[in-house]
Parts: sequence; structure tokens; C-alpha cells
Amino acid sequence: MKKRGKVLRQVLSSLFKKPVTTHYPFEKEKSGMPKGFRGKIIFHPSRCIGCKMCMRDCPTGAINIKKIGEKQFEAEIDLGKCIYCAQCVDSCIKKALEYSKDFELASTDRGKLKVILDAEPEKPNAEPEKPTEK
Amino acid sequence: MPDPRDVRVPIGPQHPALKEPESFLITLRGEKITSVNIRMGYNHRGIEKACEERTYIQDLYLIERVCGICSHAHSTCFVQAVEEIAGLEIPARAKYIRTLIAELERVHSHLLWLGVAGHEIGFDTLLMYTWRDREVVMDLLASITGNRVNYGINTIGGVRRDLDASQIEETLKAMDILEERTKYYVGIAQEEITLKKRLSGVGKLSYEDALRFGAVGPTGRASGVARDVRRDDPYAAYAEINFNVITDNHCDVYGRTVVRLKELLEAFSIIRQLLKKFPDGPIVVKAPRKIPAGETVSRYEAPRGEDLHYVRANGTEKPERVKVRAPTLANVQAVSHMLEDGYLADMPIVVAAIDPCFSCTDRMSLVSNLDNHRTDVLPWEVLRRRGIEHYKKQGVDFSVLNKKLANVLGK
Amino acid sequence: MLKQLFILLVFPGFLFLLTSGLLAEFIDRRLYARLQNRQGPPWFQPLADFIKLLGKEDIVPQEADTTVFRLMPLVALSATVAAFFYIPLWGTEAMFSFNGDIIVVLYLLMLPTLCFFLGGWYSRSVFSSIGAVRVLTQLFAYEVPLFICILASSLLANTWSLSGMAAFYSKHPGYWLFNLIGFGIAFISLLGKLEKVPFDIPEAETEIVAGSFTEYSGRLLAFFRLTIDIELIVGTSLLAAVFLPFGFGVGPYIGFVIYILKVLLLVALVSLSRTIFARLRIDQMINLCWKYLAPLAFLQVLLNLIAKGVMVK
Repeated sequence: MKKRGKVLRQVLSSLFKKPVTTHYPFEKEKSGMPKGFRGKIIFHPSRCIGCKMCMRDCPTGAINIKKIGEKQFEAEIDLGKCIYCAQCVDSCIKKALEYSKDFELASTDRGKLKVILDAEPEKPNAEPEKPTEK
Repeated sequence: MPDPRDVRVPIGPQHPALKEPESFLITLRGEKITSVNIRMGYNHRGIEKACEERTYIQDLYLIERVCGICSHAHSTCFVQAVEEIAGLEIPARAKYIRTLIAELERVHSHLLWLGVAGHEIGFDTLLMYTWRDREVVMDLLASITGNRVNYGINTIGGVRRDLDASQIEETLKAMDILEERTKYYVGIAQEEITLKKRLSGVGKLSYEDALRFGAVGPTGRASGVARDVRRDDPYAAYAEINFNVITDNHCDVYGRTVVRLKELLEAFSIIRQLLKKFPDGPIVVKAPRKIPAGETVSRYEAPRGEDLHYVRANGTEKPERVKVRAPTLANVQAVSHMLEDGYLADMPIVVAAIDPCFSCTDRMSLVSNLDNHRTDVLPWEVLRRRGIEHYKKQGVDFSVLNKKLANVLGK
Repeated sequence: MLKQLFILLVFPGFLFLLTSGLLAEFIDRRLYARLQNRQGPPWFQPLADFIKLLGKEDIVPQEADTTVFRLMPLVALSATVAAFFYIPLWGTEAMFSFNGDIIVVLYLLMLPTLCFFLGGWYSRSVFSSIGAVRVLTQLFAYEVPLFICILASSLLANTWSLSGMAAFYSKHPGYWLFNLIGFGIAFISLLGKLEKVPFDIPEAETEIVAGSFTEYSGRLLAFFRLTIDIELIVGTSLLAAVFLPFGFGVGPYIGFVIYILKVLLLVALVSLSRTIFARLRIDQMINLCWKYLAPLAFLQVLLNLIAKGVMVK
């Protein structure tokens, strides 16, 4: 029963297998994050009614809805504070908030972490560095 | 009177063997440990106090971050307490989803532990292999819940996400892969001699000592203490599932390894049963924002042992008091006993064998003694006196109440 | 004169050892990673680490003995390099040789270990001291079986010089098969000398941080690291010369290839044993060495004595 080097066979067979680790961030998995992964929040300004339920439920106070005009709102989100729990998406009664798969949001500049989500919903601008682009 | 032959070795608060800061001051004679002095509190984050400042919904995500591994354990334990106070009965499907995530979490936690244990005894190949296989369950959790670690699946009154048929199939497939791998690791644990040499006979904790120190979870079960909240006080869907409580009589680190490996196999069977019986229906019931006044204690079998949350509500949106007792706190007392008379070389694996999570544990902090400007442990009487004075300054005088109470009791 | 300098500094001296040492570290690390199903570092990683360490500040602890602390890495490095000159690589002749150079080589190879001990001891830190004591304890455990095995091999060849041994074994092909037990024991002892898993007890990361090297940083650490890399080359070369003495008489080019292959094989074996074992405890290590390895080494001596009496006339 007792053996030395029980893993020997498995270890030698790994030599002929492709390594499971990758050279991230130079090489990325093609499949990406799974469907429904909670990443960066997307805001649809046309649907927002300014009830501020998202602000009330946000555990970290990362989201801030500001009125910029008659029935016009902009959402400012602090990516450094956001914990990507997507509670705001659940709390929003008008479905003005959504989550995307985007998670590579690190930045060396604190100022760049504050993002205003008021533009085109599908392509949020004013993003920090976006290393995902090939 | 310190012996000149004794060497005092500070393991921690910063040390490669410890994944989190905690101080073990070890007195050595040669390679043998003569005494251990454990000091905790380096990780105190004030989570309980922070919970009182936030609403129940916000607390869910805060409580989830008590621990980096058993995040679902803490969040479920807390949410169960809140639901009990609010008198909410959650739908059957929500119960099953909670149980499913709980077991997947146990799988990932135990695989993680096995890797860490391998690393602590210089067997890095085991670490690399188990963590590679752990990715299977991590990916699964990410696809079901939306995140790898902080699942955020619980909400008051149920769960936030449902599983579809393809996810159920994916889970079953992953279970087959993991079961095969786990059986392989069982084989390694039973046969690889260098591994066995390093694990057996190390960190002994007898059945009596396990009871005396109140060891919980795999640490207790490896000493023959057949305690498991899932069976003793079933929550979520555990009452409807058949499973064994794994115990072992080795009473050492090897026993703890065996218990965890067998629990992995048990977890696969639980997950298969859950998915077979998966009920239909809603996943959430509407919960009030304001929880009625009341208090309760909730228990949960986390991968490291029994987790306990106490919640007191006062009818507002925020809890009045939240108390977390993580499993490591129950086990850490046993560690100093296990270390004594052992070798220094075994210290990392003995500490690792309880699967410690110090940031879960550090709920309290030492109060520095203002009277003589030293940091030491204050006796209960002093703390009580301070508390009374503190409230007196704020205009609350308990002495009057106490007198009244004494009168009532006296009569 | 110029030739001497060339031998000392370029080939097979310092420069050759530097490159081959770093290369061996790369092969060891890459193979280790691939055996664990990982990518592993790129080929220049050991060199990059070395250059990075050279550029860092040297910190000498206040309590430490400055002279010993600074001297030890250099002594260790030069002793290891010096040992290399007496080992025959692809011909039967080493760069320098005289009767009795086996003792010199073994002594020179013991020096780095002693330097690890002294460097660690004079760092005065708790972890370094424990590491240093473990270095010495381990030395006493593996050194005796290693010496006996190599002496057993030389006994059969009836010479005290490594070059003489190589000449003997190439004259009597197949005789090296007598030393197979010794080869196994010497290999296990070499793992102890190189402080590789399962015998990396003196620098067990999870227990005593980095053992003797805990307080070392910058250039001094770089030299220690380089010493270990070069020790890997010298140690495997020694084993190749003593226990795998074939392919000597085929000219310098093919001989060089054969030599490289032998060293590569031994380095690969080191990585493999690093992969498949867990670290032993110091008491288990000593038990293993004295209970099993030392008696087996004596068995090897006995075997060789009988073989000598029967076959070598």
C-alpha cells in the first residue's frame, strides 16, 4: 500500500499536456467570463426616473444619481468603491441599470476610477484604460 | 524564569506560513516546541459595528466579506437569522439553491485547504494540482452566481438568481470530473509515504480534548466528535437530503485530511441529490425593508466548522446588533494545545490543519489600559465599569436601573 | 599564462559555470513547472533575477558580524568554482589533477554548506540561526554516505584521483555498474547538499522563512543564489564523472555532448524528486540517512572490495 512517489505517473504525464496556466494579461481565454458575470455597471439614462433606490441600497455608496435637467439624470459610479454585487440592478424598478462582463477596470490614477455613466448605454465612454481591446 | 536553552521564535504577525497576520510566539528547545502564546486581533475590521450602521440589504454584502472563502456561509447564516425574526418562509427552490451553493463552496474550500496543506509541508505539486482542479468548481460558481468568491446569491426572502437546465447539466458534469480527481487525492493521502510521514501523529487532539476545547467542524470530527449542524439542526434543504457525518479516529492532521477528503465525496453526493430533487417555483418572497423587533441565533455548518450569528432587530431598517462567531475562534484554542511538544517543522501544518481564517475570527480587539498605558487584557469588571461610565456621560444611567432591578429581585 | 587565465575565467571556469548554472536553474524551474502542469518562467528568468538582485541594496543587520556576513557568499562561490577544476568532464583528464584530489573536491564542496551555516549563524536572527543549525545537522547526515559512496568507487579503481578513476573506468567499461547502489545513495545525498525537496529543511519557507538566507539581500544574496546554481552543476558533474564514467574516449565534441546529456539527466532527476516528494522533517531526514543510506553505503564498499578481489588482478 505504502509507496514513495505516488504522484510520479501523473507528474510525468503532465509533461505532455498543455499547461493550464496562461500568460495573463498578454494571453486571454477566448471564452471570457461566463454569462451573467457581474462586472461593471451600465446605465440607461432614458429609463431612469431618479428614485435613487440604487443609491439607498448600495452597500458602499459607490453610485450617485444626479439630476442634470428636466427628467434627465446621470449616474456617477466610483469603480474603486463598487464591489460589483449588482444590488443596484436588483433595486432598480425601471431596469435602468445593468451589469456587463467588463472586469478589467484597474487604474493607477484614482481620478480615473470615477466614471460618469450618462452616455450611450451600450458603449459607456470615459472608461479607464481598457486592456481587453486587442 | 526563562531557561537559557529556550529560544523564542515569533511566527507572525508577518510570516510566510501564515496567510493572514496573527501572532504565534513559540518557545523552542532545540526543534521542540515547549510553549505557544497566541495573540489575535491583528485583523479586526469592525464589521459588527459597521453592520449596525447599514440596512439589512447592505449588511448582506458586508457580512459576505467577513471571510474570503466561506462567504456564502456567513451570508446565509445572517440571512437565516433575519428571515427568522421577520417570520419569512422562503420558497423551496430558494432553499435548494442555497444548499447547492453551500456544498459547492465546501468543495472549493476543502480543495483549497488540501493545496495549502501540501504547500505547508513542502509538497507544492499537490498545491498546483488541487488548485488547478479547484478552478472547475470556481468556474461553476462564477457561472451560477456571477462571481467566483463573493457570490451575492442570497437576499432576504430567498435567492437572487435561478439555475437553468444547462447550468444543472454543467454542474453534474463538473461533479463527475471532481469526484474522479478527489478519489485520486484520497489515493495520494493513503499511499504517498512522505506525505503520510509528515501528517500522521502530528498535532494530536484526543476526543476528550476536542470536547474540552470545543473544537468544531473537521477538526472536531477528526477526533471522533460527530457534530454537524447540517444533521443536528438542519437548515435550508439539508433535512431532505441523505448524507453521512464523516468522522475519523486518527485524532491528528492525517485524520483531518481524511475527513475533509471524505466530506468532498459526501458533498458530491449531496449535490447530485439536490439537483435530482430540484423543486419548481419562485425563488424569492417579498421581504419588508423594516424588520420587526426581535432577536435570534442562527447556526450554519461552514466548511471549517460551525458558524454562529446573533442578530437583534429593533423594528427599523438597520439591525441593532450583529454578532459573528466564526469557526476558527472555536478551533484556535485547540491549536496551542496541539502545538505543544511538537516540532517547529510541524507548526505550519498544525496551524493550517484547522483551516484557520483569522480575519473571520478577529471580532474583538484588545483595549489598551489607559490607567497605566499598557496593552493588556482587561478583566470583565473593569470593562463593565468603563461601560457604565461611558453611558453615564451620554446621559444613560444604568445604576438607577440596576438598583430598581435589585429591588425587584430582592422582593 | 593567458591560457591559465582563460581556463580560470572563461572556460571551463567562471563564465562557463555562470551560464551553465543559470541555465540549469532555468531547466530545473521550467521542468518543475511543466511537471506541475504550469507554464513556468521564460529562459532569461534566472539571469533577470540575478541582475535584479545585483542592483539591490545590501542590508547588513546591525547585530550581525559584518566581516563574516559579507565574506561568506564570496567564499562559498569561489570554493564551488574551484572544485570544478578537478572534475574530469569529457576527457579522462581534468584541468588539474593530482593523486588525492577526490578529498580536495569533497572538501571544497563542503565549504559552501559551512558558509551557509556561518552566514546564517552570524546574522544573529532567530530564523537564520535555526536555519544554520539545521544546515549543520543535515550536513552530518548526508555527508558520510556521500563520502563513503565516492570512496567505494575509487576503491575499485584503486586511485585517489578523479582523473585516474575516469581513466580506470574507461579502460574497464561496464565496471561502473558495480556502483549503482552508490549512485543512488550519492544522488539522494546530493539532494541534501543542494537543499532541494525533500531535503530543503534548512530553508523550509513555511517554517523559518528562508533559513540561513533570511537576512541576506542584494548582491550578497545574489552570490549565494549563484553558488547554489553552480553547486548544482558541480555536484551533478561530480556524480556524472564518478558514477557514469562512459563516453570519455570519443573526442572533445561528442564527449562534450555526452557530458551535457549526463548533467541534464541528473538535473532532471533533481527536479523530478522535487516534484513528487513532500519535505521531510529534520529527524526523519537523519533517520533516513543513518538508518538506511549509511549501511547501504558500507554494503557498497564491501561489494567493491569483493569485486576488486575477484576481478581486478
